[in-house]
This record gives sequence, structure tokens and C-alpha cells, in this order.
Amino acid sequence: MDVTAAQALVRFGLGPRAEEAPPGDPRSWLRRQLQTQAASDGPTSTEGLEALRADREEKPLPQKSRSRALFIRDARAAITAALTTEAPFRERLVWFWANHFTVSVRRGQCAALIGPFIAEAIRPHVTARFADMLLAVMRHPAMLLYLDNAGSVGPDSPVGQRTHRGLNENLARECLELHTVSPAAGYTQADVTSFARVLTGWSIDLQQSPPGFRFRPFTHEPGAKIVMGRTFPEGEEGGIEALAFLAAHPATHHHLALKLTRHFVADDPPPAAVRLVEGRLRDTDGDLGAAAAALLDIPQAWQSDTKIRTPADFLIAAGRATGMSDAPERALGAMRMLGQPMWAAPQPDGWPDRAADWLSPEAMLRRADVAYAIAGMQAEPDPSQLAEALGPLVRPATLSAVQHAGSRREALALLLAAPEFQRR
Amino acid sequence: MTPPVKTSRRATLLGLSAAIALGPVRLAFAAGAVERRFVVVTLRGAMDGLAAVVPYGDPALAGLRGDIVPPEPGQPNGMLDLGGFYGLHPALAGLHRFYTSGQALLLHAIAGPTRVRSHFEAQDCLESGADHRMTSGWLNRAVSALPRAAPKTEGDAMAFGVDMPLLLRGPARVGSYAAGRIGAAAPDFYTQLAALAAGDKLIGPVIHQGLRERGYAQAVLGTVPAAPEKASAFALLARTAGEMLARPDGPRVAALELDGWDTHVAQPQRLDAQFRQLDAGLVALREGLGTAWDKTVVLCMTEFGRTVRVNGNRGTDHGTAGVAFLLGGAVAGGKVRADWPGLGPGRLLDNRDLAPSADLRAPAKSVLTAHLGVPAQALGAVFPDSAQIAPMAGLLRA
Repeated sequence: MDVTAAQALVRFGLGPRAEEAPPGDPRSWLRRQLQTQAASDGPTSTEGLEALRADREEKPLPQKSRSRALFIRDARAAITAALTTEAPFRERLVWFWANHFTVSVRRGQCAALIGPFIAEAIRPHVTARFADMLLAVMRHPAMLLYLDNAGSVGPDSPVGQRTHRGLNENLARECLELHTVSPAAGYTQADVTSFARVLTGWSIDLQQSPPGFRFRPFTHEPGAKIVMGRTFPEGEEGGIEALAFLAAHPATHHHLALKLTRHFVADDPPPAAVRLVEGRLRDTDGDLGAAAAALLDIPQAWQSDTKIRTPADFLIAAGRATGMSDAPERALGAMRMLGQPMWAAPQPDGWPDRAADWLSPEAMLRRADVAYAIAGMQAEPDPSQLAEALGPLVRPATLSAVQHAGSRREALALLLAAPEFQRR
Repeated sequence: MTPPVKTSRRATLLGLSAAIALGPVRLAFAAGAVERRFVVVTLRGAMDGLAAVVPYGDPALAGLRGDIVPPEPGQPNGMLDLGGFYGLHPALAGLHRFYTSGQALLLHAIAGPTRVRSHFEAQDCLESGADHRMTSGWLNRAVSALPRAAPKTEGDAMAFGVDMPLLLRGPARVGSYAAGRIGAAAPDFYTQLAALAAGDKLIGPVIHQGLRERGYAQAVLGTVPAAPEKASAFALLARTAGEMLARPDGPRVAALELDGWDTHVAQPQRLDAQFRQLDAGLVALREGLGTAWDKTVVLCMTEFGRTVRVNGNRGTDHGTAGVAFLLGGAVAGGKVRADWPGLGPGRLLDNRDLAPSADLRAPAKSVLTAHLGVPAQALGAVFPDSAQIAPMAGLLRA
């Protein structure tokens, strides 16, 4: 395997798979993945909401709920997909955007909706328009529940007047701060409150058939609203217009370019790299496929060793390298042990993407523990052959340690725990 | 106590302090008196200070918060009495015992260094100890400034939990500990790994430090505990932290964290569970510390308070000032300290938040200098650009 193929596999992909020939033309292999849109046959929010409705009626113990069962099913399927996909660049983009628009199982009622959220709001748009992804995300029941918009009520709406209920700012604030323009845009508390008013009525209906998104006019705050100097009309249309405005805002393009280059180039990406991706987003009206293709043109993205793998990255790379495809529950347990439990980010900003966030002493040692456990379960492959097949991804010192280790298990564990395997 | 484990030949040859080689060596130090200890508990997600320490004596409270306020002290499920104007949330019974025995000081209307309502920016600034984000935390910089007779090779500070919080990142070497490890390999495997990683500037030192801390934890605890249940995980971790801090050769400074405070919806139910978890953790920490409690100060802090008014979902949104707790045998407690800004008309910040009347850096400066012995001239590096914020006096027992 040559250096470029190796870099394509670890930086843009999810790590090489055992017994799979490396791509002969790495750049075209990556570009092809941006063009082929796989058919979507994932879990649906209809099923997730029906499970949530049944759980609310029957009130089972959280561990025995229907939602929990669907969560585990969907999480396992997501791990299996990552271990086996032949379009790992596209899959990495799915994980990236799902983290950008974090929905976490720490809000238990979202459990059965995270798989559907990724299938319906994220995956179809990772190489399409950001504005469409943003709108799909903000109307998705998972996000409306996770960031509490489903129950936000305009104080001057009919329902607000009658019940004295009011706004919930959570989704409006995080949409501005995390999903779109970021605080660099200089919006104020008044903008947050006003945007929350715009989004009143964006809710879900569990009783309608099928259950799903519903705009509730009687909880919508009357009148036009001003957000960041723009006026948006009353009604559902106001929210749609505001999201289109935010998606196309230059500050959003900058924010997205910064996050993409941080993920694919370096923790502190070179300003020229950020500008390149930002410009591509601006020139293509927010085409995320074009932005992903722009990443391939950044020389520093092809420099090895600038990124540390997150625990999820590490486990998926280890699973792919050792040919693991049938043990997603073990991977889920290991993710918990390594401090990155599946779809369970502690806060709406998602999992961090810099080395300093993952380099704690105990966390790094746990990767060695996990490597040793994986090595004990996998009869294949032969560690020396694997180390040689990984080519430039393995340093001579590690190759030598693998070849001279006291046991097959120890050899494989050293290969997976070695510092170069913690990088991508 | 763990019996000494034979050190592998390779470990000796490489001169590495592999985990197992370390335990017995460290135990040899266990003779002297325990130095003073400082524990910081970061409550992530913005704990509602007005629900923790309720100013029920303020005539404006009931109109703003309605039925999310618990009954007054003395009534069924009522607040715990703090001597009048304020009441403590009923789920904080352990903290209340510290308070009545003069070992807890409740600081109200206090806020971190910034006036932003973003969790992420506010947490970063709270941990940086500055009004802007930094790449190191104030507690780490304080540890760097600690006077010491002989430098400790294993570090003076420890993070409890899998992550390394920004609060403890920086120039000083810091260990980490977390419960619930999976079966580990033989010592020789880790020795080989340490050798492989030695040349890696980023990962090498981290692996090395991890092995030292593991050896230490094993020496203190005897065994490696299994993964605890989620509900009691924080209390178990806090107890372990206390046990490690209680050793004469243990870390002098520790950081813990508890998340889940972002109560936009159904606040009464959610906060009840949160407060119980926090309370059990503080009690467990005190039990783990034993007699070292007398020389300990614990600071509980959060990134900001929450809106004074209840929102549309019996929750509260992001606010400004809130509360911090100082507890420990070294604290001159039994008081609520606040320059109360009031909740009446015209008193709220931006007509929504409790107005800050104190800066969290003021008590932190005082504890760092008067309790831990950080030299006053080092405070400029610990909390940059904050000369105007004087250390808060009268927090500690004479």
C-alpha cells in the first residue's frame, strides 16, 4: 500500500479492511463515493414515535422500553454499517454531520428516534445542500424533542394566553450557536428570543396517523419577528425562511468550513484550507458534496499524523482491520468504556474533535486494554501479515515488536494499541 | 493492601515505572502528615442556583417561579432551613448537615468570568479562569505554582473520570482515574507498549502517566473496582477520590464533574434526581477523605445560573448568576454569603436573570492562596487580567 492510499483510507475513510485491496487511484475512489447516493432503507421516525407513544402509555422500566430496544437495534446496525461499508468516506461524512447536529440518548425520550434521525435527516443530504439538511433536522421529531422545541409556546398565542405557558429557547439558541452562524456572527439575546418565537408551533403530534412533525398554529406566536436584522413573517413559513437565511449566511459557511477542515485536515486547520472550503460552500449555494470534494484538494489533508482518533474511530478502525463484522454489541460496550458511548454525547455540541479532548492518561490506557481484549477474541488475522499489509501505517519499531511478541494475542494487541493506530 | 508484584525484567531494563512496579514503592511514603487538599466539582449544564438555595424570603420569587418552588421550611417536603431568607432544596440533606455543622458555605448571586449564555463558551471560560477561552485550565496553572519541598514525580493533581477536563489541562502533569476497567493484560504488555510509545511526543507521555496512576490506584484500593451502576457512579467515584486524596502521598488537588443540569423541561423532577446524585457524591467524598476532611476544601461550581422566570415547560432557560458551594472541614461555613441583588422590578439582569454580585474567581483565589499555599504573586498567571477581583475574605477557618 502506498502512502496516498493509506492516507485516503485512514483520514477520509474509516481505516483499511482486512483482506481488501487498497484503492489503486485513491482520489477517484474517494470522489466516486461522493457521487453515488445509496438508497435509504433505514429505520423510520414513524416506528420510533409509535414506540415512544406506547412507552408513554404503558410506562415500562426504561431498560425494558420499546424505545430502548429500537435504540440498541439501530446502534448495532450503525456499527455494523461502519465496520463493513465499502463507501467509508461517505459513512464518515454521515457520522460527522450526525455529530454536528447532535441528538443524544441522554434525553431518554429520543432513544428510538436517533437512528431514524440519521436515516431521514442526515444521510440523504451529506453530499447535497446544507439548507435542505438544516430544514430536515429542525423539523425532525428527534431534534424537536431533544432540544425541547416541541413544547415551546408563544406567550401571545391562543394557547399561551389561555394556559400562561411560554417560550423554550433551547433549540433556537443551539441552532444559532452550534448548527449555523456560531457566536462569531454577533447575534444577541434578543435574536435568540426572537428566533425562539419564530419556531413556536414547530412541534410533533404523537396521536395523528402516522405520528410526526406538526405545525401547531394555536401555539405559534403571532406577528412578524426580526432575527439578526431580518424580518420573518408569522406562521410556519417564517421558520422556513429563517432557516434558509441562516443556512446561506456567510458566518454559517465559515463555521461549517472550520469544522470540516478541523475533522479532515488538522485540529487547528490552516486558514487557507478553511477559506477554500468556505469559498466552495459560498459558490455552490451550500453544496456539501462540493465542500467534501474541496477537502481532497487541501495538501495538508494528505499529511499523516495530524489527527488523533476518537474512541469510536479507534474501535471501528480496529474492527475493520481485524475483519470484525458480527460483534456490534461488544463495540458498543467498548465505546462506553473508552468514554464515547454511542449516540450519547453529554451536550448538544457533540463529541469534541481535537487531540487534547481525548488524550487523558486513563483513556489512552483503556485503548490498550480494549486492543488486548479484541486480540483475544479474534482468531484471524495473522498479526505479522496484517502489520505488513498495513504498510506505511505501521512504523518499523511496531512491526518489529509485533514480529517478536510472545504470543499471537500480544502481537495483535500491540499493533492495535501502538501510537500510530491512535492516529488517522 | 496489595502484595508487591514482581517487576518484569524488561520493565527494569527500560527503567519504566510500569504500573505494577510502582505500588509498593509509593506505599513507602505513607508516613507523613496529610497536606491540605482542594477538590473542584464542575456541574455541567448550568445548575439552577435559585432552586438549590431558594431565596424564598424575596417577595418577588413566588410570582416569577410559581409552583416549581418547594414548600417553605417546616412544611411537608419543604426546603431545609438556612436560618431565614434562604432555604436549601430538600434533596440536599447531606449538604444541609455540612451547613448546620459549620462546614458548608453557600455563595449566592455569583457568576463565572463571562456574561455569555452559551454552555460551551461559558464552561470553557469557567475552566480557563478568564473572560476568553484558553488552552489550559486555572487549576492546572495553580498546581504549577504550588510550592513544594521536592517535586513529586507522579503529579499533584488528578482528574476523576475518563476525560481530562480543560480545568486540569496545562503545563503541570496531571493523572486521571476512572472506575470500571475491562480485564487488563499482563504488565509486560504495557511495558512493551510504553516503549513503543516513548518516541511519540503526544501519546508517549500520556501512556507513561497513565501507567503510573494505575499503579498508584491499585496500591491504594487493593483491587480494580468493577463498573458501577449509573445512578451511583458519581458517589462511587467521589468516594474513591476521597480515599486517594486521604493518603499522605496522594494528589493534593482533584477535579470531578457531574453533568445533566440543563433543565429546560420538567425541572422539579429532573433537579430532584440531580441534587440527590450530587448530595450522595459529596457525602461519599467526605467519607472517603476520613480525617483528611479537616484539611480539605471542596468547591462546587457551574457555568451560569438559569432564568428567574419559569419557561413554557416547567423548566428554566440559560441565565447568569447562580450559586457555588464551598465545603470541607477547613471551611468557615454555616452561612449563605451574598450581596443579594433582589428579584423585584428593575433588579433582574436583562429583565430575566439573577444579577451577579460576586465573581467565582474571588473565592477561588482565596482558597488557592490561603488554603493551598499558592503564592499571591502567581495569581496573575492563574487568573489572567483579573487584578480588580480581590480574594474573598473570611472563607476559611483560622
